[in-house]
Amino acid sequence: MELLLLLFLPFLGSLCAAFLPSNARNAEAWLAGVVSLAATAIAVSLYPQVALEGVVRLNLPWAPALGLGISLRMDGFAWLFALLVTGMGTLVVIYARYYMSPSDPVPRFFSFFLAFMGAMLGVVLSGHLIQMVMFWEMTSLSSFMLIAYWHHRSEARRGARMALIVTGSGGLALFGGVLLLGHIAGGYDLDRVLAAGPLIQAHPWYPTVLTLVALGALTKSAQFPFHFWLPHAMSAPTPVSAYLHSATMVKAGVFLLARLWPVLAGTDAWFWIVGGAGLCSLVLAGYLAMFQQDMKGVLAYSTISHLGLITLLLGMNSELALVAAVFHIANHATFKASLFMAAGIVDHETGTRDLGRLSGLARAMPLTAALAIVAAAAMAGVPLLNGFLSKEMFFAETVFLDRPDWQRIALPLAATLAGIFSVAYSLRLIQRVFLGELARDLPHAPHEPTRWMLLPSALLVTACVLVGVVPELIVGPYLRTATGAILGADAPAYSLAIWHGINTPLLMSLVALGGGVLLHGAFLVRRQETTVPLLETIDGRQLFDALLKGLTTGAARMLLGLSSPRLQMQLLLVFAVALGGALLLTRPFGIGWGARPPQPLDPAFALLWVVGGACAIGVAWQAKYHRFAAIAFAGGAGLATSLTFVWFSAPDLALTQLTVEVVTTVLILLGLRWLPRRDERIAGPGGASPSLRRSRDILLAGACGLGLSALVYAVLTRPVVDGIAHFFVANALPLGGGLNVVNVILVDFRGFDTFGEITVLGIVALTVYALLRRFRPAPESIPLPRQQHEQDGQPSRCHQDALLPSGAMMLPAVLVRLLLPLAMLASLFFLLRGHNAPGGGFVGGLILATAVILQYIVGGTLWVESRLRIHPLYWIAIGLLLAAVAGIGGALAGTPFLTSQAWHGMLPLVGEVHLSSVLLFDLGVYMLVVGATVLMLVAIAHQSLRSHHHKAATGGAR
Amino acid sequence: MEFVFALAIGVMSGSGIYLLLRPRTFQVIMGLSLLSYAVNLFIFGMGRLRSGAAPVLDTVRGADPALYTDPVPQALVLTAIVIGFAVTALLLVVLLAARGLTGTDHVDGREPERE
Repeated sequence: MELLLLLFLPFLGSLCAAFLPSNARNAEAWLAGVVSLAATAIAVSLYPQVALEGVVRLNLPWAPALGLGISLRMDGFAWLFALLVTGMGTLVVIYARYYMSPSDPVPRFFSFFLAFMGAMLGVVLSGHLIQMVMFWEMTSLSSFMLIAYWHHRSEARRGARMALIVTGSGGLALFGGVLLLGHIAGGYDLDRVLAAGPLIQAHPWYPTVLTLVALGALTKSAQFPFHFWLPHAMSAPTPVSAYLHSATMVKAGVFLLARLWPVLAGTDAWFWIVGGAGLCSLVLAGYLAMFQQDMKGVLAYSTISHLGLITLLLGMNSELALVAAVFHIANHATFKASLFMAAGIVDHETGTRDLGRLSGLARAMPLTAALAIVAAAAMAGVPLLNGFLSKEMFFAETVFLDRPDWQRIALPLAATLAGIFSVAYSLRLIQRVFLGELARDLPHAPHEPTRWMLLPSALLVTACVLVGVVPELIVGPYLRTATGAILGADAPAYSLAIWHGINTPLLMSLVALGGGVLLHGAFLVRRQETTVPLLETIDGRQLFDALLKGLTTGAARMLLGLSSPRLQMQLLLVFAVALGGALLLTRPFGIGWGARPPQPLDPAFALLWVVGGACAIGVAWQAKYHRFAAIAFAGGAGLATSLTFVWFSAPDLALTQLTVEVVTTVLILLGLRWLPRRDERIAGPGGASPSLRRSRDILLAGACGLGLSALVYAVLTRPVVDGIAHFFVANALPLGGGLNVVNVILVDFRGFDTFGEITVLGIVALTVYALLRRFRPAPESIPLPRQQHEQDGQPSRCHQDALLPSGAMMLPAVLVRLLLPLAMLASLFFLLRGHNAPGGGFVGGLILATAVILQYIVGGTLWVESRLRIHPLYWIAIGLLLAAVAGIGGALAGTPFLTSQAWHGMLPLVGEVHLSSVLLFDLGVYMLVVGATVLMLVAIAHQSLRSHHHKAATGGAR
Repeated sequence: MEFVFALAIGVMSGSGIYLLLRPRTFQVIMGLSLLSYAVNLFIFGMGRLRSGAAPVLDTVRGADPALYTDPVPQALVLTAIVIGFAVTALLLVVLLAARGLTGTDHVDGREPERE
């Protein structure tokens, strides 16, 4: 339970923080502080349980059939990290409260900060590998948001993008690795995977798994060759750098390597991949750190170097090295975070972090300087500080490495070299910033910051000293719990003492210290250039940018080669491929005609389709230049379709087709007005000559049509297959209580499908409405069309106050007005009879909608709307609600959603009554169809009014 | 009968596909509407063609499935017709908006270059 609270408390805090007002700095800081402190307290309180039981678990099943659930697992190692995340979080919150300026939008900062804390706890506490990867990606995302916090700065945006791309693709690789890992181990549970070590190492996919997991870990921990993103991430606010990019997030990579150490480590491949990357990062980043001009740049490269040290330790395949790695993770977090805080304070108080400009700040801010000097000494590995201890353990491991000879000689040398670099850059940082004469030309006059800003840094430095002086007392037991959790019973014995006598590691430490001081004194102290000697030309960012650019241009070029930007060509290919695929399929299976005897041909039916087919071809022929004729022809084809439905026993379809035909025609007629005029004088476009292309398209379309014909004929001449029709026909009356089987299927058996379909209809209508609200017609279609002007020399529009229009429209107006009540009656009739005879909600709704739209056509929009306010949006809403209520009614009676409920009885005066929830559902369909149809048609019709307004506004210009 | 029915579907879908390959949005919308007639008939035809056997139960004849044509394709096509109308409306509005925005009714949103 505590685990769940620990995980979700930060997310909850993040949600709250996001909704506080943007100037609530103190409220935000209090919220974040209390949340982190509470999380720290929970983590601390869990320690006795962890130490006693080894592992604390919590499993919440979610979809057990799929093996999915929330699985939390805290052992000693996870506990150490959880404490690091929450405790460091608390300190950084205090620091951030004073660091962020009043003009910064703090809700965004603290919200993402807490979200990151939650995500990081999720990574650490996950007992399920896929769940861990999910949280892993979440840390990448929140890190992106935090780096880009000052998104008005271009380098912040670029740094954030780079970090996201590198760590995000690493996360993807990790996901692949984890999937393979779980597949090999037979489950994604961490316990199961940890138990499957020998199985995994013996598996042929082991190298793949290792590579993928290492990619994830190395990108996250900014290891060579993916280290370049971390220095660019320094454009984040300093609290973020202190928290994410030194203490926690970049440690996720090494956390993962240590977590999977018992499973993956111990092989040569592991040594070369992990150890190699670690060694390169250790030496290279240490070298680069010596030449940085930005305080945070030095710290960033030194972070890479120290993470390299940890990675190298993990890669050495020795239990003691693992202990040293875990120890160094904690040590590095303390001294590096406090150094970042010092860098932030300097930046905050002086306005610059440039090592070339800063100097002698120890005179102006002695407390800050003292803290920074101690922390830097810990980073350099000076005795009596925590950095010294873990570094000496590292030196010892390099000396006692169990590898061939040349590696045993080379590694201690490289380690000492890195130690020299580390001393040199620490010394340079302190000497440039704090020692010497006080700089005069700083943006602000430097002075000591408020005590609260120093407090977190002071606490961390105290920890450095305490651990350095009495290690066994302060961290001994916790370190043993943490490493014991990874190594189990094989945990080696070691002593955390300051003095082990005079031995090789001590000598190496002394050489590193002396060499570093010498290197600094002889070379760095006088160096004024801002460039990096020897490695000037190699720039990770340039490589990255070039790679990114190559990828995008390559993708664009490939797209251009593989596809056409022209829609016509794409459609042509689609149809050609469909035709070709169908032809290919006919080869093995054949497409002979079946044995079912065809019905004798009725000449009337043949005639019907002579007309229908001619109409269809007419549409194709006329659609370009004679749109009106094309619409008429399409109506003819639709009519033929409708009659075919009648002919072959589908009265419901015929009715629906007929009514839809009417509204579709009205719809397209309304749209015609906004299309450009087109006449035959416009020449065809270039390329292949138009007639050639037309013939090609006719051929393809003809072939497709012929193919479909053959397919249909082949099906129709085969006997009926026993489908599910029997069930519906047999049960329509007993179960559905209706005689019209099609309607019973729609509103009862498959009511849920219909519910979905009317929802789609409503959504489409709303989309049409929304699109038209922002409609911008082409300028040349704004004036009234010729037809409306030249009829009788005056607009045929009815005046708003007149009862009837004068002139030619008078008679239709009378008729249409008489028609409205009759149509309403007819539509209700069709709705009510639908369950037992052809009809139903769809047909009834379309009839009513047609009647309404007729009023608009004849009377004009203004006239109708001054008398008849229909609110199609309400109709849609009420219709959908009615359908839903009819469905929920079933749920109230204890049956599944949309089970029909019926009541049959006698009412006084009325007589025998049959009431059914199905009717309510059909009424919902009816109302929604009316609402949706009218909404779409009226929305298009209203555009003409807009053009009138436009005309009035521009002075009636034609 | 079956032959005419099949041929009718072929002619309508052929005309529809030809129109879909044309460059003007109005042609495409008409083509789509023809194609949807054809497809609706196609699905409907999967229940085989029978006259005088509408799936409306006759209380005298009873609920013998052999007496009625297959209601399932009909139920499918009924909603398809209505949704088809909605899609036509959406497409029409989209092409009107595209014409307003780009100033052309070419399907690519711009007139092809002349040679």
